[in-house]
Amino acid sequence: MLQEPFANGNSFIHNLDPRIRILFAFFFAIIVATTWHLSALLWAFFFVVVVFVLTKLNMRDILKRILVVNTFIVLLVIILPFSYPGQVIYALGPLTLTKQGFFYALYIFLKSNLILTCVILLLSTTSIFSLAHALHHLHVPSKLVQLIFFTFRYIHVIYRQYQKLMRAVKLRCFTPKTNIYTYKTYAYLVASLLIKSYDRSERVYKAMVCRGFQGTFPVFRHFKMTTKDRLLSMAATIYLLFLAILAWK
Amino acid sequence: MHISDGILSVPVLVTGAILTAGGTALGLKRLRHETVPQTAILSSAFFVASLIHVPLGPSSVHLILNGLAGIILGWITFPALLIALFLQTILFQFGGLTTLGVNTFNMAFPGVIAYFICHPLLKIGKPHSITLAGILAAVIGISLAGLFVALELVFTGQGFIPVAKLVLVAHVPVIIIEAIITAVILNFLHKAKPEILGVDK
Repeated sequence: MLQEPFANGNSFIHNLDPRIRILFAFFFAIIVATTWHLSALLWAFFFVVVVFVLTKLNMRDILKRILVVNTFIVLLVIILPFSYPGQVIYALGPLTLTKQGFFYALYIFLKSNLILTCVILLLSTTSIFSLAHALHHLHVPSKLVQLIFFTFRYIHVIYRQYQKLMRAVKLRCFTPKTNIYTYKTYAYLVASLLIKSYDRSERVYKAMVCRGFQGTFPVFRHFKMTTKDRLLSMAATIYLLFLAILAWK
Repeated sequence: MHISDGILSVPVLVTGAILTAGGTALGLKRLRHETVPQTAILSSAFFVASLIHVPLGPSSVHLILNGLAGIILGWITFPALLIALFLQTILFQFGGLTTLGVNTFNMAFPGVIAYFICHPLLKIGKPHSITLAGILAAVIGISLAGLFVALELVFTGQGFIPVAKLVLVAHVPVIIIEAIITAVILNFLHKAKPEILGVDK
């Protein structure tokens, strides 16, 4: 669950400067989230398709991911057409389907899925560490960037610790059920996870101080825009401007 | 519950972003450079805790523990949860990019409130007051988070009222489970490691 399945690849998008990818994903999300024009959504879909082709990712893997995330959206999309006030087009007992509600639900479905696909294609194709690095160059506060870096670094370590604790309770014949005993066991498990993490953080910090840590990370590697990056970002900028005009007209 | 992209209206999104920016700025100001690694490792522990599913009847719910995170981290809950949500968006697309502000506020602000209400109780140091602090932290953390989600949906459009009600109802069992778990965790931490809670014995 904590893997980055789309991050390793060799394509146009994978090699594109992460700073550019963050900016484009961000502006794309804002434009699509705020528009109410179907034509803009169509052009946004075309943008996603082009990016998809450029990533050379497997369509099935991406669709699988999109399907999993859609549970909450689908719940909304099913309820909305019946709860939205407007012109009734179909009545089934007490349930009334309204035209406005139907279109509202359709828009939400399209917008959510377009943005989340774009996030997968542009951001999940970068490792979290290069994203943090790129955010640093985009002048995100350095403490925040360090937090991202360390949090992601230690999620894996602590997850393994959790699995170890879980194995230990299972070996002692623990089977989770709906009762106080189960909840208490989980509470003790989380508490010891927190204590172990706290102790670990002290050791990590001392080890870092021993190696000269003074509260900041020096950055040795800087991103360099290639001609390819420049051309592609120019094309994408023009496209997004056109999309913004369509979206907010 | 994290709201996806493309659902909320622009005023709601902007308000959430501004409030979260303010909370994060406050949190970062309180966060000293030397304590960044410590805070991060604790927030990864909360991230992992949120992946734990506890059984509830035939189904299961995952732990949230935003009240407990609030008690331990104070205002730093804002940057810690902002990052957790950012990572969730990138790693498994829960939540969204444009809703990052709203979702962070929903989780972190109740945590901060829990911090201010529960800390005096922890200082008393009696087992009953600690249990009460745990129950209060969970009730405040989860019910306010649910209430914020419901309100944001209603402010976006009247058509969302049934969904908002559903969201509120869905949070009730979570409140009960989290109350039990948070109370037990707080008692354990208070006995074994009071410095995590910021109270000295």
